[in-house]
Amino acid sequence: MEVLMSIVVGILISAAVYLMLSRSLLRIIIGTGLLSHGAHLLILTMGGLKTGAAPLLGENAKVYVDPLPQALILTAIVISFGVTSFFLVLAYRSYQELGTDDMDQLRGNDQYE
Amino acid sequence: MNNLIILPIVIPFLAGIILIFFNKNIKAQKLISAFASLLAIVVSGMVVHTVHVNGIQSLAIGNWEAPYGIVLVADMYASLLVLTTSIIGFTALLFAFSSITPDREKFYFYPVVQFLLLGVTGAFLTGDIFNLFVFFEVMLMSSYMLIVLGSSKIQLRESVKYILVNIISSALFVIAVAYLYAVTGTLNMADLSVKIADMGQTGILTVIAILFLVIFGLKGAIFPLYFWLPGSYQAPPAVITALFGALLTKVGIYSITRVYTLIFYHEPSYTHQILAWLAALTIIFGVIGAIAYWDIKKIIIYNIITAVGVILFGIAANTPNAVEGSIYYLVHDMIIKGALFFLVGAIIAVTGTSNLRKFSGLISSHPLLGWMFFIATLSLAGIPPLSGFIGKLKIIQGGFEAEEFTISFVVLLSSLLVLYSVMKIFINGFWGEPSNEEVYKEKSVKGMIAPIAILLVLSIAYGFGIESISPYISQATDTLLDPTIYIQAVLKE
Repeated sequence: MEVLMSIVVGILISAAVYLMLSRSLLRIIIGTGLLSHGAHLLILTMGGLKTGAAPLLGENAKVYVDPLPQALILTAIVISFGVTSFFLVLAYRSYQELGTDDMDQLRGNDQYE
Repeated sequence: MNNLIILPIVIPFLAGIILIFFNKNIKAQKLISAFASLLAIVVSGMVVHTVHVNGIQSLAIGNWEAPYGIVLVADMYASLLVLTTSIIGFTALLFAFSSITPDREKFYFYPVVQFLLLGVTGAFLTGDIFNLFVFFEVMLMSSYMLIVLGSSKIQLRESVKYILVNIISSALFVIAVAYLYAVTGTLNMADLSVKIADMGQTGILTVIAILFLVIFGLKGAIFPLYFWLPGSYQAPPAVITALFGALLTKVGIYSITRVYTLIFYHEPSYTHQILAWLAALTIIFGVIGAIAYWDIKKIIIYNIITAVGVILFGIAANTPNAVEGSIYYLVHDMIIKGALFFLVGAIIAVTGTSNLRKFSGLISSHPLLGWMFFIATLSLAGIPPLSGFIGKLKIIQGGFEAEEFTISFVVLLSSLLVLYSVMKIFINGFWGEPSNEEVYKEKSVKGMIAPIAILLVLSIAYGFGIESISPYISQATDTLLDPTIYIQAVLKE
């Protein structure tokens, strides 16, 4: 199971890298979304995918799955939600102000404050 | 139990929350944030004193003992950096009072500065690797907002790149934590160190160590990963660049130091050798940038990169003298970079441009500013009575002891070029025929002098008072060189 998940994570991250190297800003943001999916799945996989009950003590099971990676993922998910929503609004603002979403046209020109 | 060490985190946190409620009342904003920063300085001074008297302080949050709960650990290295951070935070606020425009002040500038300080002090004080990630994100999200606040075109353009780079490095951080957790099964730094010492630093752990170097190198701008920094730091107003230049990259350096002295110290011939050469290349590319530009902001920005290289070389050489030198240099560099960016901000406020070719003869209208800039440049280059000297001396001495002659020579040569790059600003900007003297005379830099003066006086006192500071620094060095002191303080075995 871990091998399969690792391959899936690998595919997600390669897709993310491919998208982030493209010119359109929206594709880049989609790439960051895929990248965080890959990272979160990787935490879950690396914590171990052994069979066990959901980490609720009411289940009265002999074995539970590791609760720590789930807590880590939950933290990482909300953080990447916050950052992604900020990034999307920033992309919207910069599309309004700069009139392009083409990263090649966002090159530096020597205008200083 | 010792709740004192959580106060440097709690104070900016509460201040930031309170400040959100009066975002239109600028006077209250200024008062509350100045008061909170002063309080933070006092408290972090007390932390330094406590650590000096009683040794490393650790606080298990919620009474869950060390490897299971989150611990905050204040050793001397972290608490010195926290103290420096609070001082930089206070002076940056003073500088912001007179330089930030009201439209920025009304849109949550002061709360976000407090949250930035919260993230930085939290990152210094935490003893847990995932908690370090969370504090990194607190710091980075505040920095995203500060870099784009005001949304001029250049800020929008540069912040897109800045945020993208940091999102990637944060995802890498999560991935590295996942790998580390899979190998060791723990997240507490002291416990990680014990586990890795038990199982030996196998190949996979060395790979993870290099992955951490890439992540923290992206935050701290080391050689192949510094490409985002010059553009991003140039975009926001000078006071925000000062906060970034003095604090953000230093958190990256702190994390590299922590990880390489506490957790992955078993294979120095591989990891530390890579670090040493990356440091050397960082220094070289930093000085190339610093001497190439005629833009005063860019020159100082490239000097950040050079200093990052110098500090990391001290860590990579890994001899007592080199590590001690790099701590001296880190504290010095935070203070002096703050001062230099404030000075650049004041110069831009007077001249209206950061292009060095467009103004000259500033000394006739603003002599105080000129001589303060002169002292700051000498201190940056490491001229003996001032603060930059002792750190570089120790780093080079340690470099020779570790038989890294080439890189030590690079460090020496870099001082010369750093001096040239900032002296270029002094000679071309302050000397020569006064251009627009009448216009410049009217521009007052009254409120901006005080924060610069505070930092410069500190820098001079740091240089002259080495004798009184050295017990603190050597205590920090001892902990960095001997991880068992740290581990015993945290795990209480």
